[in-house]
Amino acid sequence: MFESLGEHLQNALHKIKGYGKITEDNISDMMREIRLALLEADVNYKVVKDFTNTVKEKALGEEVASSIHPGDLFVKIVKDELTELLGGESEELCLKGDPAILMLVGLQGSGKTTTAGKLANFLRKKHSKKPLLVACDVYRPAAIDQLKQLGKQLNIEVYEEGKKDPVEISLHAISYAKENGYDYVLIDTAGRLHIDLELMDELKNICSAVHPQEVLLVIDSMMGQDAIHVITGFHEQLSLTGVILTKLDGDTRGGVALSVRHLTHVPIKFIGVSEKLDGLDSFDPERMAGRILGMGDIISLVEKATESIDEKEAEKTAKRMQEGKFDLEDFLSTMKQMKKLGPLENLIKLIPGAKKMGLTDVKIDPKQMSHIEAIVLSMTPKERRNPDIIKASRKTRIAAGSGTSVQEVNKLLQQFDQMKKMMKQFSNGNFKLPF
Amino acid sequence: MGLFSKIKSMFQGTEKKEEAVKEEEKVYTEEEKETSSDEKKSVKVYEKGLTKSRQGFVSKLANLTNKYHKITEEYFEELEEILIMADIGVNTVMEFMDRLRDRVRKENITDPSVLKEIIVDELFIIYVNDEVLSNKIQYREDGPTVILFVGVNGVGKTTTIGKLANKIKDEGKKVLLIGADTFRAGAVPQLKEWSQKVGVGFYGVEESDPASVVYDGIELAKKEGYDVVLIDTAGRLQNKVNLMKELEKIHKVIGDLIEGGASETLLVIDATTGQNGVSQAKAFQEITNVTGIVLTKLDGTAKGGIVLAIKESVGIPVKYIGLGETKDDLQVFDIEKYIYGLFKDMM
Repeated sequence: MFESLGEHLQNALHKIKGYGKITEDNISDMMREIRLALLEADVNYKVVKDFTNTVKEKALGEEVASSIHPGDLFVKIVKDELTELLGGESEELCLKGDPAILMLVGLQGSGKTTTAGKLANFLRKKHSKKPLLVACDVYRPAAIDQLKQLGKQLNIEVYEEGKKDPVEISLHAISYAKENGYDYVLIDTAGRLHIDLELMDELKNICSAVHPQEVLLVIDSMMGQDAIHVITGFHEQLSLTGVILTKLDGDTRGGVALSVRHLTHVPIKFIGVSEKLDGLDSFDPERMAGRILGMGDIISLVEKATESIDEKEAEKTAKRMQEGKFDLEDFLSTMKQMKKLGPLENLIKLIPGAKKMGLTDVKIDPKQMSHIEAIVLSMTPKERRNPDIIKASRKTRIAAGSGTSVQEVNKLLQQFDQMKKMMKQFSNGNFKLPF
Repeated sequence: MGLFSKIKSMFQGTEKKEEAVKEEEKVYTEEEKETSSDEKKSVKVYEKGLTKSRQGFVSKLANLTNKYHKITEEYFEELEEILIMADIGVNTVMEFMDRLRDRVRKENITDPSVLKEIIVDELFIIYVNDEVLSNKIQYREDGPTVILFVGVNGVGKTTTIGKLANKIKDEGKKVLLIGADTFRAGAVPQLKEWSQKVGVGFYGVEESDPASVVYDGIELAKKEGYDVVLIDTAGRLQNKVNLMKELEKIHKVIGDLIEGGASETLLVIDATTGQNGVSQAKAFQEITNVTGIVLTKLDGTAKGGIVLAIKESVGIPVKYIGLGETKDDLQVFDIEKYIYGLFKDMM
């Protein structure tokens, strides 16, 4: 993967170390590194140009070189500027109207249908109101099927009339929503190119027929420089009210976010962060800035942890650890808590400096976690509380029960033993690092 | 002789009468013979499909050559912008610019019009890299030829399969589509609809284990004597370990049933993809031995320049390009036509 901006800057700083301070002359290396990092993140070329000029001015004004960590200060200037560019604060959806009408538009394959499902789910949860999904993608084979299946999974009704005129369908859907007391109507439209005039006219017609409160452009975060044509194309013709950035659970930097804001001033309202139907988050400019720079995101990490970890449970475990009573039952419950945090490699990525520690390429196999869980679950409660009684015949039984091998059972028991020893040292207060 | 003059002569042939162009004629007579009406037709399709892609890019390049009478640092800067805007990877562009500056210095080039030929040449070299590239699918004599489609979400795998099925069927082969995207809602019916539209066989089960769908599908293909099997898989982001494992399993199942495994594994990439394309290519290559790329959605304004970076750094060539949504909108990739499409107005 690409180097993060932090690393780029460190390289550049190394070169100018000999100089007493940062000047117009020796700052150029630094600017080049920032430029490369942003271009590698798919930030639009013009935006990068404007941006580097602003940063240069600010950096020359500050006492960068005299601070203890000039690199950090530099990164901070860049990050603050980025956050500013990304819109400062997050913006909410406009949900006035009875029903409120939201329309999703975008290129083919950007994730409109999945996002429609996620958004309906999100709105229902947040406002405890009734959403209706409307299937207006009458072109792509089985698109209506896809939305219907999502509706079924979410238990949200889908309005469809098969492959008829999308304008008619939308109008009918809205009267249907009024009659049946739906609060939100979410219209899923077919994917189209911004230069396809005929299909863009169709969207305009839907807009003027139903007057949606929100016209949301769904855009793939992996998009490159062409994003600007797509965004301005859709915006010019439809007056977008917001953007939803999808597939941010991939390893893309998502520089497109910056182009969206800078070139159109349309706010980004949501980001798609998983294939699951609750994988939609509100957009946070500061975190996005960190991501584009490859700086990690400690806030997300903490939030995720507080969201998913049951405090009482955690306290109980901590207490047992101190008392040296930590057994496999506790181990199991700790593991369950960890699992709630989602894939571990995603978490690791959020740690600032993870890349430097060589952690970004760490691949954690969720299967391996479930193997461990299976082993522990195949033990009797008595065995879990007192692992010492697990001898050969019990091991064979556990291995068979969990579909693993005796070696794997042994390995787990050994690791658990080591863990326990370490905990004892911790609680005795005489913990020494093993090196 | 440069590619520039070569493709220039090739395209002049389609528009004007064939002019006798000194030695070039002799060197390329054999090719000219092959440049039958078929070839010309496909060139036209390329031109049409790439018109939108080309407009921005080439008019900018043309401006560049008109604006500058001398090669200056500003000239290089603008050229760099144009290449970056085409999504040709950042590193590729930077190295390319270094090479170009080098050549300008060494060969003492001052005229921008000479330089534009060198630009096309150098881009071509990045892609071809002294290899013999073949776009032909290697069909097996014994048993079905299996082609596996992989890629991230929403790039157009299912649509591409529909289009390719149409193409192969027209060659007189018996084609089976296997719908192994059992994850995305509506993916299996989507492929089924394609099979009916094109008139080829179909096998797929929703909400089941994809590897076992592939197993049963290939068994069916063997039993019923299908020539070509096209396998659709779920879109997966390349950093999702468990999904990539699932793909590995599918890959293994094919290897168990067919000697030598899949004849082709095609990575489908959306032309709008930015720098992430390289990461995609690397990750899928590791798992499935990707043999080629299908570059989709080239009928928009995106240039898909990332394929140049992918070829340079991962070594996977492009085999097909997608230029629209109908069943005929799939073309065999030709780097010369591709570069020509991007540079047409310059010539």
